[in-house]
Amino acid sequence: MGSEPRIGVYVCHCGSNIAGTVDVEEVTEFARGLDAVVIARNYVFMCSDPGQEVIRNDIRDFGLNRVVVAACSPTMHELTFCRVLEEAGVNPYLFEMANIREQCSWVTEDKQMATEKARALVGAAIKRVYYHQPLETRRVPFNPNTLIIGGGIAGIQAALEIANSEHKVYLVERSPSIGGHMIQLDKTFPTLDCSACILTPKMADVGSHPYIELMSYSEVEEVAGYIGNFKVKIREKARYVDVDKCNSCGVCQEKCPWKVDSEFDAGMGKRKAIYTPFPQAVPNIPVIDREHCVYFLKGTCRACEEFCEAKAIDFEQEDKLVEVEVGSIILATGFDVFDPTPIYEYGYKQLDNVVTSLEFERLVNAAGPTGGNIVLKDGSTPQSIAIIHCVGSRDKNYHEYCSRVCCMYALKFAHLIKEKANADVYQYYIDMRCFGKGYEEFYERLADEGVNFIRGKVGEVTNQALSEEEKGKLVVVAEDTLLGSIIRVPVDIVILCVAMEPQPDVGAVARLFNISRSADGFFLEKHPKLDPVATTTDGIFVAGCCQGPKDIPDTVAQASAAAARVLALISTGEVEVEAATAVIDERICSGCQLCSVICPYTAITFDEKERVCRVNEALCKGCGACVAACPSMAIIGKHFTTEQIMAEIEGILI
Amino acid sequence: MSFEPKIVAFLCEWCSYRGADLAGTARMKYPANVRPIKVKCSSRVEPTFILKALQTGASGVLVLGCHPGDCHYTNGNYKAIRRMAILNKLLEQLGIEKERVRLDWVSASEGNKFVSIVNDITAKIKELGPLTKVF
Repeated sequence: MGSEPRIGVYVCHCGSNIAGTVDVEEVTEFARGLDAVVIARNYVFMCSDPGQEVIRNDIRDFGLNRVVVAACSPTMHELTFCRVLEEAGVNPYLFEMANIREQCSWVTEDKQMATEKARALVGAAIKRVYYHQPLETRRVPFNPNTLIIGGGIAGIQAALEIANSEHKVYLVERSPSIGGHMIQLDKTFPTLDCSACILTPKMADVGSHPYIELMSYSEVEEVAGYIGNFKVKIREKARYVDVDKCNSCGVCQEKCPWKVDSEFDAGMGKRKAIYTPFPQAVPNIPVIDREHCVYFLKGTCRACEEFCEAKAIDFEQEDKLVEVEVGSIILATGFDVFDPTPIYEYGYKQLDNVVTSLEFERLVNAAGPTGGNIVLKDGSTPQSIAIIHCVGSRDKNYHEYCSRVCCMYALKFAHLIKEKANADVYQYYIDMRCFGKGYEEFYERLADEGVNFIRGKVGEVTNQALSEEEKGKLVVVAEDTLLGSIIRVPVDIVILCVAMEPQPDVGAVARLFNISRSADGFFLEKHPKLDPVATTTDGIFVAGCCQGPKDIPDTVAQASAAAARVLALISTGEVEVEAATAVIDERICSGCQLCSVICPYTAITFDEKERVCRVNEALCKGCGACVAACPSMAIIGKHFTTEQIMAEIEGILI
Repeated sequence: MSFEPKIVAFLCEWCSYRGADLAGTARMKYPANVRPIKVKCSSRVEPTFILKALQTGASGVLVLGCHPGDCHYTNGNYKAIRRMAILNKLLEQLGIEKERVRLDWVSASEGNKFVSIVNDITAKIKELGPLTKVF
């Protein structure tokens, strides 16, 4: 490429997206007058086939060796145009994009100002591309193994999709069994399928699949590497039960004298200190809860050990650190439910029979603590139940977003209440959002079943009776915004439809995997519409509620999509790695080693013999911290060289 | 004519550049005075880049990175903080108001924060007036 730069400049109208605000003719004319520009054109859609063809022809006809496209954000179409260059035999690094849409025409009202800014952006790109150097992309083998974090429906679905194509999956779940929140649910809307009936076969498939290594009661501790070649350390927590010896007979759980609140039953029921969360658990191997086991607390008991015929109890067991190597990672870490205690006016944890939606799921579940009978705390049958929507959702004090499933499960609850207890149901809603397939029909059906719908946000749940009728009841006070009046309704049970929120450790997990979060706290997808399963870190994908609240069909769809993306990577067999790395000019390096100290990837090592530092390009991610730090200016940050950035600064201030 | 300053904004590729893109996608409006330059990481921004910008005609400089703890390259933004502290001393010696150079954090989802920072610094620089007779 050593010859003089010959630059082609292409200004995109993007329909009227750019041309409506920026005078594209003027920008083109301006570009024409700049040094080394051989040709400058504008076209209505540069990214279209004919647009790309223009560039290809010009490269051929005018011998262009550098190209600038002024259009949308490089995150949108940089790859498209790099491919055009490659096809025309020009190194793709000899390309620069000027973002005159997202960062110019869309954000500027004044046309003259927008045009002036566009000129500056194009000028900067032209000056910069002048100094671009061809770089060689390297391809390295892609490890076909996949790591999936989270054993809820999203993780299960993705694991089965990938494993069914006979590729190895490590499925890591931090609780003793897979199943996630879905296995806690009773029925699923709008079809009223039994949640366990549709999920347990999939769980069993995961447990016995030859291509899935299920690592339950385990957590990821460390992640290193990059797309195609991740190294992940996983902590397998001590179960104190020998997985190979245990035959799941359950005697240990019978004999254990110590009872604790069951997480699976959302605190509505009890479990033992040695436990499997529920009878269909996968794997069906109990764990000893060290924090509640009397032996660990006081040094005596060991009843489980005494009665275990398989001799599977092992109090000496320790956590195990396992290292796995994978090519891609799917995060399916799910959600947590909002704790409504701070909304004190709803009386949660102060008044009996005020329950969250998840607690009610357990109450109404045939396998739950009451055997599916809807009863008050004193065991009596309710005559009326209020369901309060949007508790912690659509509320600026807690979460601004809509949790997307509450309207529908509230309708499902109404149906189950009618069916099982024949009690009156009062739904307090802000808006009914029944947007999915068969959802509106389900709403109509429930309206026909005689459910009372009251439009208004509840102000208070109280036990202060104002009339004989209210005595001994929970009184729900709300403004009915359709009637325009305050109404008081005495009920026996109040169900709070609590928000779905990010897991409490979502920040730590995001940092561990080096991905971003959106303003609502959930993991951020690469593009909200066109890339909803990828993240800003290549090779790491998201599925299910860890990316935002969603229902089961959407979760399953996203999990399958993430699996498809992983399988596409696996089928190519190799992956391109960063070419824009740092390189040290050993003639200039003084061997001070400042760079090796600040490199976050330990990619720089010191050669004792030559007294110089060297960059391991396989480890370097090209951040440029060392380039900026080197006191001798001996380090070149490829594709972000000081020369290129200085030229860009000059260009942008024209 | 009123003073329309030029402000160079160094945006990290992973958070701030995407935050600025998001402001565009959401069609938020902000002054055209800010001219973005994409860098891999705020830790790539050498103090000389900032001085070069001021010398070449910029009246202010923004350096925006990922939030502390969220850096795509683990801790590049902490390096940017330290570098900025040293640069501030240099600016003081040169007699340049330190408000002309601002380091801040914009995540990929904070289009609105990007806009408010741009509004802020543009107003501030207009108040300070052009940068004269320093270099």
